[in-house]
Amino acid sequence: MSRNTKINLLLLVVVAALAVLPLALGLGDHKEQPFTGSDGEAETAITEIEPDYEPWFSPLYEPPSGEIESALFSLQAALGAGVLAYYFGLRRGRRQGEERALERLGGAKSAAGRVAEESPAERS
Amino acid sequence: MHIAEGFLPPAHAVAWGVASAPFVVHGVRSLTREVKEHPESTLLLGASGAFTFVLSALKLPSVTGSCSHPTGTGLGAILFRPPIMAVLGTITLLFQALLLAHGGLTTLGANVFSMAIVGPWAGYAIYKLLRRYDVPLMVAVFFGAFLADLSTYCVTSVQLALAFPDPSSGFLGALGKFGSIFAVTQIPLAVSEGLLTVLVMRLLVQSSKGELTRLGVLLAKKQSRTESEAVAR
Repeated sequence: MSRNTKINLLLLVVVAALAVLPLALGLGDHKEQPFTGSDGEAETAITEIEPDYEPWFSPLYEPPSGEIESALFSLQAALGAGVLAYYFGLRRGRRQGEERALERLGGAKSAAGRVAEESPAERS
Repeated sequence: MHIAEGFLPPAHAVAWGVASAPFVVHGVRSLTREVKEHPESTLLLGASGAFTFVLSALKLPSVTGSCSHPTGTGLGAILFRPPIMAVLGTITLLFQALLLAHGGLTTLGANVFSMAIVGPWAGYAIYKLLRRYDVPLMVAVFFGAFLADLSTYCVTSVQLALAFPDPSSGFLGALGKFGSIFAVTQIPLAVSEGLLTVLVMRLLVQSSKGELTRLGVLLAKKQSRTESEAVAR
């Protein structure tokens, strides 16, 4: 495994640890309902400060159940992850294609050195 | 940071909408100019928007015992400057407001102001400042993304405290209350966002050097310096 890959994996592990630790350490135990959304807690705080406040507009569409809502959230994450994966896959494929094309050129012509010199300029 | 639908009084909702609109309009212009002048950047623009999509869908547990989500706006702000993120952030917020009943149309202006305007600008500013003092790229990227995330939630706290000052302790009392809900919860998540943004930036440096040089994230000058260093060794 290259050093780059190791650092990338380490970054992911730290992020995962940051997410898991609050759960593992039971940091939500002091609450009636642990790990609710902070957006919802803000709504509660608003009604504490101003008990008479009535939301004057309601969402045009509301997911009918928690399952549908989580499905839509997953869809959002999946869309984003798909586009990101497409981007990096395309980049990697292009680079490998370029390298292969250069190798072929290098084998065919004695002027390979010149081509290889020109390629970084082409890439940028 | 999503203020729920109908949870800002009409006057506040309109005011934040008016404040946000010029930034979004300006952002749309920057975005169309960028795409017209550099069609090759469309792909990376899409990837920046996609990063915001993923991160703002990830609800993570935090030390306060509640859950919140990162914003993902720092990456695009560093790559393409903040105006572009005003557009990409607004698209994300609209998606969530319309399909997920998360945030809302009446609070869109306020949410855009915190997540798509102040966050990207704050992150970009600290990134630029650190780079000016020759701080290594990845350290500057980390703090850029960290601050873009955290400042978004601080703005949300201010917005709510302005709309709902505490009857006894006033604006500051309410700010403390909302701040303890949002800002404190957000600190570890902002660290996570910083690390994830560094990860994506590392992958970009490995895969898209030419693009990053054109955008000014990597300096052509710096590359030749490291090359000459390599030769010197």
